Amino acid sequence: MNVVPAFPAEIEVNGARLGVRAPPVARLSSVLRDELGLLGTKVGCDAGDCGSCTVLLDGEPVCACLVPLAQATGRKVETVEGLAQVRLSALQASFHHHGAAQCGICTPGFLMAASALLAKNPRPSETQAREALAGVLCRCTGYRKILRAVTEAWRLDGLAAGSAAQDFALLAHPSPIGLFLPRLDGVAKVTGTEKFGADVLMPGALFVRAIRSPHHHARFRFGDLDAFGRAHPGLERVFTARDIPGENRFGVIPAFADQPALAESVARFRGEAVALVAGERRAVEALDLETFPVTWEKLPALLDTDEAEAAPALHAERPGNLLVRGLVARGAPGTALAEAAFTVEGALETSFVEHAYIEPEAGCAWMEGDTLAIAACTQAPFMDRDETAKVLGLSPERVRIIPTATGGGFGSKLDLSVQPLIGLVALLTGRPAALAFSRAESMMATTKRHPARLRARIGADADGRLVGMAFEGKFDTGAYASWGPTVANRVPVHASGPYRTPHYRAEAAAIHTHGPVAGAFRGFGVPQAAALGETLMDRLADACGMDALEFRLLNALRDGDQTVTGQTLSVGVGVRACLDALRPHWTRARAGAEAFNQTAGVVRRGAGLAVGWYGCGNTSLPNPSTIKIGLTAEGRVVLHQGAVDIGQGSNTAIAQIASEALGLPLDRFGLVGADTALTPDAGKTSASRQTFVSGRAAEAATKKLREKILRWANVGQNAELALDGACLELREGDAFRRLDLAGMARDAEGYVFAAQATFDPPTSPLDENGQGVPYAMYGFGAQLVELEVDTALGTVNLLKVTAAHDVGRAVNPLLAEGQVEGGIAQGIGMALMEEYVPGRTENLHDYLIPTIGDVPEIETILVEVPDPIGPFGAKGLGEHTLIPTAPAILNAIRRATGAVLTRLPATPDRVLAALPTARA
Amino acid sequence: MAYVRPQTLDEALGLMASGRWTQLAGGTDVFPARAGKPLPDDVLDLGALGELERIEEPPEYWAIGAGVTWAAIQRAKLPPAFFALQAAAREVGAVQVQNRATLGGNLCNASPAADGVPALLVLDAEVELRSRSVARRLRLEEFILGNRRTARRPDELLTRILVPKASASGGTAFQKLGARRYLVISIAMCAARLALDEGGRVSHAAVAVGACSPVAQRLPALERDLLGRPAHREALAALPDPARHFAELSPIGDVRAAASYRRVAAAEIVRRALAEAAGRLDAPCSAAA
Repeated sequence: MNVVPAFPAEIEVNGARLGVRAPPVARLSSVLRDELGLLGTKVGCDAGDCGSCTVLLDGEPVCACLVPLAQATGRKVETVEGLAQVRLSALQASFHHHGAAQCGICTPGFLMAASALLAKNPRPSETQAREALAGVLCRCTGYRKILRAVTEAWRLDGLAAGSAAQDFALLAHPSPIGLFLPRLDGVAKVTGTEKFGADVLMPGALFVRAIRSPHHHARFRFGDLDAFGRAHPGLERVFTARDIPGENRFGVIPAFADQPALAESVARFRGEAVALVAGERRAVEALDLETFPVTWEKLPALLDTDEAEAAPALHAERPGNLLVRGLVARGAPGTALAEAAFTVEGALETSFVEHAYIEPEAGCAWMEGDTLAIAACTQAPFMDRDETAKVLGLSPERVRIIPTATGGGFGSKLDLSVQPLIGLVALLTGRPAALAFSRAESMMATTKRHPARLRARIGADADGRLVGMAFEGKFDTGAYASWGPTVANRVPVHASGPYRTPHYRAEAAAIHTHGPVAGAFRGFGVPQAAALGETLMDRLADACGMDALEFRLLNALRDGDQTVTGQTLSVGVGVRACLDALRPHWTRARAGAEAFNQTAGVVRRGAGLAVGWYGCGNTSLPNPSTIKIGLTAEGRVVLHQGAVDIGQGSNTAIAQIASEALGLPLDRFGLVGADTALTPDAGKTSASRQTFVSGRAAEAATKKLREKILRWANVGQNAELALDGACLELREGDAFRRLDLAGMARDAEGYVFAAQATFDPPTSPLDENGQGVPYAMYGFGAQLVELEVDTALGTVNLLKVTAAHDVGRAVNPLLAEGQVEGGIAQGIGMALMEEYVPGRTENLHDYLIPTIGDVPEIETILVEVPDPIGPFGAKGLGEHTLIPTAPAILNAIRRATGAVLTRLPATPDRVLAALPTARA
Repeated sequence: MAYVRPQTLDEALGLMASGRWTQLAGGTDVFPARAGKPLPDDVLDLGALGELERIEEPPEYWAIGAGVTWAAIQRAKLPPAFFALQAAAREVGAVQVQNRATLGGNLCNASPAADGVPALLVLDAEVELRSRSVARRLRLEEFILGNRRTARRPDELLTRILVPKASASGGTAFQKLGARRYLVISIAMCAARLALDEGGRVSHAAVAVGACSPVAQRLPALERDLLGRPAHREALAALPDPARHFAELSPIGDVRAAASYRRVAAAEIVRRALAEAAGRLDAPCSAAA
């Protein structure tokens, strides 16, 4: 008989024969997750593009999303859950040890692909590992640490327990700052037990899907919704904007809130949600949403900022479609540039860039009595709480946000996604409600990096000293405000680069179109501005007849200098130290390229430099973090760590700071949160602020806790603490005290001692010319890119990136390197391949992000120029890792070939067309 | 609603005659096309047909079953002329897709950027189509009619790909151009095959370009011009002339590249493929590389 019955079926998973009830066509990924509860297999695209669902079928890696259950029956399926037997496998221990997992969403896929390789070839070369792992995408790590973990896993073979023990021994270190410490939350990531947005399911949950606009701009009317519901058994209810009990308008900046959770009669961008369906999972999955009763009247769409400025406004209160204009001006740049000995000018146009984290937005909502609880991936739990409460007509206290592990964010998960939608369904039905965006939805409906049209002119005097800069940028902010105002304000502050620029005028405007909503993406517009500014700096160095590195050094900010906003940076300016660190590499790379080009044919080699800087935290706005810490009667330190760890490492770095400040080792620590019901507000994970702002709050809270303890024990400041079970021992010289915590009074939360502190970086408002103190701290970086250009095809082959970043103090060098490598990978994508086109690249095979073969060797140099305002001198890092990458690539392309690119990404066709000898 | 999984080819052909089915072999086209959409409920699962998973060598042909995967092609012991096909096999997605995707699926899906087509075109490949009542053979050029269009009749299955022994000779090369290293849909690709006569002159030339027209195209004008030339790499590579040899191509501009670029790039990768194929004439045992 060849008709395969709908169910049941039996498959062998990790050696166990399991019965499942699912249709034979069901994707194996869905069977593993939804029927067998094996949630370690992740779903990132359902199209075989991302590889995060990689499992082994009879020992060979396959994408479980492409295998029907019927073809897995009678064969051996192995998943991440089968890797660890009692203890971590050597491969898992190696991933943990090398920091190969950041957010962890792609980790199970990599582990499975790697385990198939290692079974055949225990000591693979880097090339062999690359080939074997090429089918899995990672957006956080830049792949370097993954490659290392795989090629060196053999070193741990048979020693897995020992190696893990070595890593765990670090937790007993009395002074953990500066240790190459594997992440505290890392074991769950390498075992696949970490719970992401789609992994939290409440029994009886309704499954939710959204109906979205297929047009950039359209008026719509619903047909008979009741009839649709009746026609689909298992469908519980349909929801539209009419059902929204509160104010149907959200936004990350309250003054600009303009985005409906469900559109009301007009959709302003392709992918905007207009209705929800909720019901039993199979019934909702089986719905063909194209049959949903809605009629669209397509309206003219504005997709170009120039056009939009002259067109009717998307939002009546914003004539000319101008959302915000930002300005920084000082001196007389017009005169200075007119009188400059050397000037260069240029223009650059950039594209929408998609965050393309491997985890599409997902979450689950349910009622806890009167409180609406929402577990979802996010970067900003308290903002989610307040905005969701507003949309649903609840007081903020009646909404609890429980961030799940977040499978990459990079800025886009600062904005609401699933929260108001599942919140609405749970609130109105009383039943739990779950929603996981498809890849296409995730790409269509969430924010992008702003496309920019930039022009700038810079000039230097006869000695090569910068005299002035004029900069103008138009940013396509899409249909709704999101972080557009932030981009418009941040760009003029940063467009100068970290240089002494006495005369300056920079303007940036965020203009609405019917494009996707542009919001925050690692750097808030600064990477686009730097891609122009740093290429002009290179050309100006040439014009002045100076070496590109020496020219930058001459003009770089020093301690005591003023920035273009008139802010005096008295100490901690690390840009020159970064350039100094690159000097030997620059010399080597230039000589190498020159020698190569003497003999080369169509392939030309080039080396390019660029620097970047980044103001950490909000621009001239309050930006507090609050951290709480307590000591329990059982002798455990509990850190209420509300700084959401989206893979960047705040769970580890903030705990290291607290441990160092308290003087008790990390193995005595437990982490609570982030959870708006359990942890105080540590702000959002953005703007490179968590290590700095939340780290500083953690340091302050911990010092307060320590003081309380010392005062109680009546010992001096230098006392050493130790925990012996539930006894706290304090030693200072000959003095010794022993506190039996178990016998002491405890507060409502069970703490014998507890403290909380808030830190808000000191900034001042910018005046009408953008003068003031926008940030309390800046981070700096410089990168050197070596590459080859195939001048017959326009293809670019990266050879090496050397990156020097000033982190103030490397709290955790392992995680810091991970940030640098990941930022560079995203910079490579922005420079060479990433261009989101609504309606055309809504998947991960038409929208290209770098694969494991596109990120070359990266040498990271961590420069430590302490900033007194940072915790133990530490500075923010996340964003300036990416800022120099694209311009360094563009500079290397120009030095290799003479090609000046005016459009990003620099795809092969654009590079070829830009060659001086272009034949295209 | 049914999901059928025939165990023999005859059974499968009987089913093809009796209804319309979504044919599912490796699933690498069926599932991606339905991401976020309902799955089909009329599936003919071709995955249990061992008959279609064999590579055989009857007297006149190399016969590759339609169900042979790209991973199996890479591993197979085949003559050196299959180098281009084996190189293409390594560029179909990554290992996860190569382990599942089949040659038959690649041809029936008929994407303009199908990785396997140029290499099969230069081998003068034919396809075998079978229905319950009829078996027929078509040249690959006659089978793929356009973007996502083939000559397969509703009741037919593509069963085998046949490469004439006479064409499985000479040196071949495959060039793929994309905007990233792995997992990339081609901007352009090229396969070339050159064979020499006893005097060391080109006796047979086949060149095919993919992703630059709705269906990958052989370049007969170029092939004619190559005949009789000495197998000198540089000289062969210098021959392709955009003005005379590429009339079959009709590239479009899309998110991957401009049309004008595709013309230039196609000519360049053809030159490289010719040089590489000529170089491989001296290294007849490189198929397993």
